[in-house]
Amino acid sequence: MAAATQIANDLHLSRRGFLRVSATAAGGLLVSLYLDLPLAAQEGAATKAKVYPPDAFVHIKPDGKIIIQVNRLEFGQGVQTSLPMILADEMDADWSQVVAELAPAADVYRDPVYGIQMVGGSGSIAHSFQQYRELGARTRAMLVAAAAQKWNVAPEQCRTESSVVHGPGGQSAKYAELADAASHLPVPETVTLKTAAEFRLIGKGTRRLDSSPKCDGSMKFGLDLDLPGMKIAVVARPPVFGASPKSFDDKAARSVPGVVDVFEIPVGGKGRGVAVIADKFWTAKQARDRLRIDWDFSGVERADSSQLREKYKTLAETPGNVAVARGDDKAIDGVSASNRILAEYEFPYLAHTPMEPLNTTIRFDGDHAEVWAGSQFQTFDGAAIAQVLGLKPEQVTFHTEMAGGGFGRRAVPDSHVQREAAAIAKHFTGTPVKLVWPREDDVRGGYYRPMHAHRVEIGIGADGMPVAWRHVVVGQSIMAGTPFAAFTVKDGVDETAVEGIIDTHYDLPNFHLSAHHPAVNVPVLWFRSVGHTHTAFVMETLIDELAVRANADPIAYRRKLLKPDAKKLHRALDLMEQKSASWRAKLPAGHAVGIACHESFETGVACAVDVSIENNRPKIHRVTVAVDAGIAVNPLTIESQFQGGVSFGVSQLMAKGAITLKDGYVEQSNFDTYTPPYIMDAPTAVDVHIVPSSEKPSGCGEPPVPVISPAVANALSRLTGKRYRNLPLVEV
Amino acid sequence: METYKLRVNGEAKEVTVDPGTPLLWVLREDLKMTGTKYGCGIAACGACTVHLGGVATRSCVVPVSLVGDRPIVTIEGIGEDPVGRAVQKAWVSEDVVQCGYCQSGQIMSAVALLKSAPKPTESNIEESMGGNLCRCATYVRIREAIKIAAQQMS
Repeated sequence: MAAATQIANDLHLSRRGFLRVSATAAGGLLVSLYLDLPLAAQEGAATKAKVYPPDAFVHIKPDGKIIIQVNRLEFGQGVQTSLPMILADEMDADWSQVVAELAPAADVYRDPVYGIQMVGGSGSIAHSFQQYRELGARTRAMLVAAAAQKWNVAPEQCRTESSVVHGPGGQSAKYAELADAASHLPVPETVTLKTAAEFRLIGKGTRRLDSSPKCDGSMKFGLDLDLPGMKIAVVARPPVFGASPKSFDDKAARSVPGVVDVFEIPVGGKGRGVAVIADKFWTAKQARDRLRIDWDFSGVERADSSQLREKYKTLAETPGNVAVARGDDKAIDGVSASNRILAEYEFPYLAHTPMEPLNTTIRFDGDHAEVWAGSQFQTFDGAAIAQVLGLKPEQVTFHTEMAGGGFGRRAVPDSHVQREAAAIAKHFTGTPVKLVWPREDDVRGGYYRPMHAHRVEIGIGADGMPVAWRHVVVGQSIMAGTPFAAFTVKDGVDETAVEGIIDTHYDLPNFHLSAHHPAVNVPVLWFRSVGHTHTAFVMETLIDELAVRANADPIAYRRKLLKPDAKKLHRALDLMEQKSASWRAKLPAGHAVGIACHESFETGVACAVDVSIENNRPKIHRVTVAVDAGIAVNPLTIESQFQGGVSFGVSQLMAKGAITLKDGYVEQSNFDTYTPPYIMDAPTAVDVHIVPSSEKPSGCGEPPVPVISPAVANALSRLTGKRYRNLPLVEV
Repeated sequence: METYKLRVNGEAKEVTVDPGTPLLWVLREDLKMTGTKYGCGIAACGACTVHLGGVATRSCVVPVSLVGDRPIVTIEGIGEDPVGRAVQKAWVSEDVVQCGYCQSGQIMSAVALLKSAPKPTESNIEESMGGNLCRCATYVRIREAIKIAAQQMS
């Protein structure tokens, strides 16, 4: 979602939103962010007792604990640690006393750039760095002011360290002791932020705050939620997207002890399914499997992967909607056949399959609903639930639950999971109902990374460098029909389908890029690193092929072709070259090096992989990866995201790493048929090197993913002499 | 419906459920012990791993009727075991977790590995941990944490 940085500016959280402080009933200080309300409303609000949250970011408790609200979902990426680090650093808080909480849905927690409350586009730190710094600095300034007043000294004479203010005469006061007094002081209009040299937490590898409860079974994820009287819902969805039941026989299902009800509901973007509600999950699933449903497939397109492959291949032979036309697009016709590459690529649908199956719990009370969901998209999901239940968005209380992975799957513009949950909850006033998608539903349920075809023709000059590049991309648009389309689809080109090519940092003369976006009856969605999942594979395997043809070192060739202003990529490439030099120089027999570099979400990444072939599969012994992501807030998290992210990127190389359809039916159903990497498939070692930087931080969740699959394919090409253009990698 | 007497983390428990109910769902829904996770239901991901009679077992495919008198140890109880404690400690010190959803199962498999192979080789690790899926792919740190736990045990 690179283009998504422009999204929804009309919803942009006003910079005029201001902070307010208040005391809590139990003592302590709350620092809250208020939106730009009319003055009268502000005055009124000042006299009301504060509810904590939904509007506070920092709460200093009398016992010294500092509770910091995290304004977005934690689902592995580490924001529950790194955002509090930023605030605590500017505040000079005692880190050992910091407690992080996932904020509920509320306007103040909207992403400052996107204008909605969400996680996506690798924007957590990139967008909230400044916001959390300012919050921390203002909180500190008020505590200092309270201390200065108490001691009758100037604030400038005070210093702070580890939740203590120290005065010029040796006085000291803990933040908790000053909190009440600080809560009666005005919020400073301007504050001075720290210089990089003054950071105490930012830049320091800091262990996660959520490790222990995730290692002893005590962490509660959305699926673990247990409420008094709660029922569980499982839905039989149409086996072909968009179909509906003609009729169904639920006699056997209802005879399962514990089944509460069975009824039809709308599912997905269209079509209908049958919901089974029971006292427990196992009961509901058993009963669902006993439903006998006669499906009506009339008027429903039956997508078929092999037919789509042929269709896409043919479409790619003609130019689509033009994304870039630079120089002479006929230049390639002047290049002799022996100096041309014609490459056709195929990529399948991919399912995200986060480890925690999709779920949402709703209790509908007639004029109010309470929601518990691990959502990347609280603003949309809350509004969708309100709409289904006939409520106003403010009548929905939305709790953000810890989520077991997501990779994009918990950010769905049509909120289909929450709509289903709401349609079910509507039948049970006062009773909480948890909708659970069993793994089979998730694998077969659509909202995939779209299938794609690429066709690329390259003309090569006498010096081995490209002189012409004609590129056609074919694939469904993930943005069409969503609220994001206005910002991301331009002249019929979905920018997320061509990102990584349209903005390539290689200097490609006579460059022509176009795209076709056929409509197919398969719901599609962004997937971790979005378009870069396929575009980086195409670009980086082709650049490697050019380097091989030019008899050039693959790193030197890239460096030569990269534009000089691609600074992050140059720095990453240099660091990777240096850090991998010793092992690249002494590879065991039967091993080869593969290189790739790619910039996404404003982060430059370069990697070298050591690969051999074992049991006819790539064995990835080692990955050296270098990253330029601006200021590294938590280097330990960045290392973790890159170690995990490159291994996640191996997914599309897996022999069973594809979702395919036959006659409208998804052919895979669970991890036995759609198989992400296990420990032996992932790299054995990944060493991560961070380019030192004072530039603003950029994303780290998605940028690790694009580089690994082309790097491995490039290494395999060196071992086998073959080029790999079709994923998944069924054969080596 | 049948009544079963189970021994979970050293405590006697009694449940009345359908005999076909997998142990996973008895733990999660009847005993309210949600540390053991549901990921696939077909023994393909290992998120539901518990120790049944001392053996790492996928609880999602074991009907409660087949548990018998074998003691059950779950993630909630593994910290009572010295190997379990060492593994949990190494997991925290190595900052292994990301989303954390699979880690109960990873830890239960790692404890079983270290009980049978106190000084595991890379191939021991791949064999014992090879059925535990981590979608965040924290595998590099899982390998490291197992080695650190092994060192601390010796």
